[in-house]
Amino acid sequence: MNLKPETLSKIDEVITHYPTKRSATLPLLHLIQEDVGHLPPDTSEWVAAKLELQPINVLEVITFYPMFRQKPIGRRHIKVCRTLSCALLGGYKTCATFEQEFHTHLGEVSPDGEVTVDFVECLASCGTAPVVMIDDELHEKVDGAKAKQLSDQIKAEAKKR
Amino acid sequence: MIAPAKPDLVTVNIDGQEIAVPKGTNVIEAARLVNVDVPHYCYHPKLSVVGNCRMCLIEMGMPAVDPATKAPIMDPATGKQKINWIPRPQIGCGTNVSPGLHVKTTSPMVKDAREGVMEFLLINHPLDCPICDQAGECKLQEQATGYGRGYSRFVEQKNVKPKRTQLGPRVTLDDERCILCSRCIRFSKEIAKDDVLGFVDRGSYSTLTCYPGKKLENNYSLNTVDICPVGALTSTDFRFKMRVWFLKQTIAIDTESSVGANTVVWSREGTIYRITPRRNDEVNDTWLADSARVLYKAVKAVDRLAATETIEALVARAAALFQSAPGAIAVVGSGRSTVEEQFLTRHLATALKASAQLVSRVGQGDKLLISADRNPNVRGALVTGLIKTLPAQQLTDLATQIDAGKIKVVVAINEDLSVAGLTTAQLAKVSIVYLGAHANATSAAAKVVFPTLTVFEKSGAFVNQQFRIQKTLKAVPAAAGATDDLVVLAQLVVAAGGATLPAELAALWKAIAAEVPTLATMTFANLPENGLLLDATPFAALPFVEGETLHYKPAQPAVAAAIA
Ligand code: SF4
Ligand code: FES
Ligand code: FES
Repeated sequence: MNLKPETLSKIDEVITHYPTKRSATLPLLHLIQEDVGHLPPDTSEWVAAKLELQPINVLEVITFYPMFRQKPIGRRHIKVCRTLSCALLGGYKTCATFEQEFHTHLGEVSPDGEVTVDFVECLASCGTAPVVMIDDELHEKVDGAKAKQLSDQIKAEAKKR
Repeated sequence: MIAPAKPDLVTVNIDGQEIAVPKGTNVIEAARLVNVDVPHYCYHPKLSVVGNCRMCLIEMGMPAVDPATKAPIMDPATGKQKINWIPRPQIGCGTNVSPGLHVKTTSPMVKDAREGVMEFLLINHPLDCPICDQAGECKLQEQATGYGRGYSRFVEQKNVKPKRTQLGPRVTLDDERCILCSRCIRFSKEIAKDDVLGFVDRGSYSTLTCYPGKKLENNYSLNTVDICPVGALTSTDFRFKMRVWFLKQTIAIDTESSVGANTVVWSREGTIYRITPRRNDEVNDTWLADSARVLYKAVKAVDRLAATETIEALVARAAALFQSAPGAIAVVGSGRSTVEEQFLTRHLATALKASAQLVSRVGQGDKLLISADRNPNVRGALVTGLIKTLPAQQLTDLATQIDAGKIKVVVAINEDLSVAGLTTAQLAKVSIVYLGAHANATSAAAKVVFPTLTVFEKSGAFVNQQFRIQKTLKAVPAAAGATDDLVVLAQLVVAAGGATLPAELAALWKAIAAEVPTLATMTFANLPENGLLLDATPFAALPFVEGETLHYKPAQPAVAAAIA
């Protein structure tokens, strides 16, 4: 496991927040995913050794939560809400637009490596449906046109690199 | 009837029956005491309680008291204290008794709850009982009979999960049958201390898995098969061999070490198909080592000895040997023989004016159900007076005496003398009379060979490390050409000039009781299935080799005990 020194020091610090080491499993997994972008195959063993657990205990947690990814994703993570309010106001179309714009399918890395599009459950902004989260940023009332606009922005930024 | 309440007892009412149970008992166990069955899957008396299957739902209530005065509120209709029933079902496994607790296990709410749980459990179940090994001893099958609908309302697609996964060398997993009770996971973690099993993914995709790259291969892995309430975990050895309802069950003892784990031998028409643990809370709880479950293979082993002469002819030849060397005979008995055989061996040694010795077998104890002493019955030899001191691993004395020409005949019972340190030259120098079930270097060198029985073909008693005398019963008939050890020994005693002793257990036990003070009040028939603790004080000073195992702590050395 190749973690940045900052991640390592955060990990050591966060373990001290809990009465039992085991409780730090979730925060550790989050920190590793933030650093690496996903949870590489040796994560279970690494975290287990760190927290004095058995690897199976960590694997159970990793596979339980959809938010943990065991495979790499695109440079940006586009999460389109699929729950009721967003679905009624065109969430499916928004999602399809992103897929077309980046020639990709749900859960896959787009051919240019820029994005991974996911169709997720309620993002808790139902009043401004349909909503989309790109990495940590919430975008409201994203209809087809706005989805196209956001996609163009991403592509333009990609060109600059 | 209301049982008298003792300080550590709590009186509860289950389906109208009052019973006093120890504090800390849960509702499932309390109900068992009044013969009320609370169906359950995930609860196991020897594992931690997790309450995840919800099969044990019951209705529960507490006697009503006035919130202000704490005075009991009476029900005018019955004249008894009113019961406040909780409007929702509770899990019986996770509910410990409290004074006055009332439980209903037959109310419509409970029936509804059980039916609901069963319907959900069967949604993704493959319903493949006709080809499932667990059929006949499956809790799911039993509860489906009691609480299943009999037809399915499920029109969706069933889940597809891994089939025939080899979790390890001895255990096969069918994930589609798994009801996610987690007993196997808890066993591996809590008892076997080998935490390799777990559930991955979630919801209806939850799948029991062994951590990738690891195996369920500890020597207790087959206990997961025993406790799996359904047919998800099966024994690779037993799989597809036999329907369990055709098998006869016989109680037996694990003879691989001095722990003496209690077992059940399952056989049909003279063939043994499997060995499983038998619960004994003082010895092995509900567990058994994997290695103990393959011992039956010795019965049909290719190296079984079979007689080519009649027993009378063999005895006559042995008698001739005995007469040829008076005073120069040694007897090597066995810590693997039963108490009864050791008793007769002692008589044989006395009649021959020979000293008797045993061969010790010491290995690493596993701290659970295999102790360091790999002889199951060294203590039996002490109790019957066959030996006075603990045996050694090598027969060095005997070797010296053979070399010096002082010993000319050796009677070896179930012990391969070459393993016990005698050289081929030494074996050739003496005339050997061998009693045993299997061929080995000693039987090959012997002048007279009596083919005898494996432990599965005879009844008898063993005294384990706790000085608990336990019985094992004959599961299958004797192999062709083999004779019961007791018959051979009794005839040899006579051939050696000793008294006539019975070879039949009931009669033999009269002689044993008359001669062995520790066993004075016993008969074989009266030995309880869970064994009986004998007085160990006469042997307290002996340096036994066992370390700590389940339900056994070695006694403190006598000196330390005296100081304390
Ligand atoms: S395999 Fe059997 S014991 Fe293990 S969780 Fe599934 S049903 Fe329970
Ligand atoms: S339904 Fe889309 S944010 Fe709640
Ligand atoms: S036995 Fe009580 S919840 Fe499973």
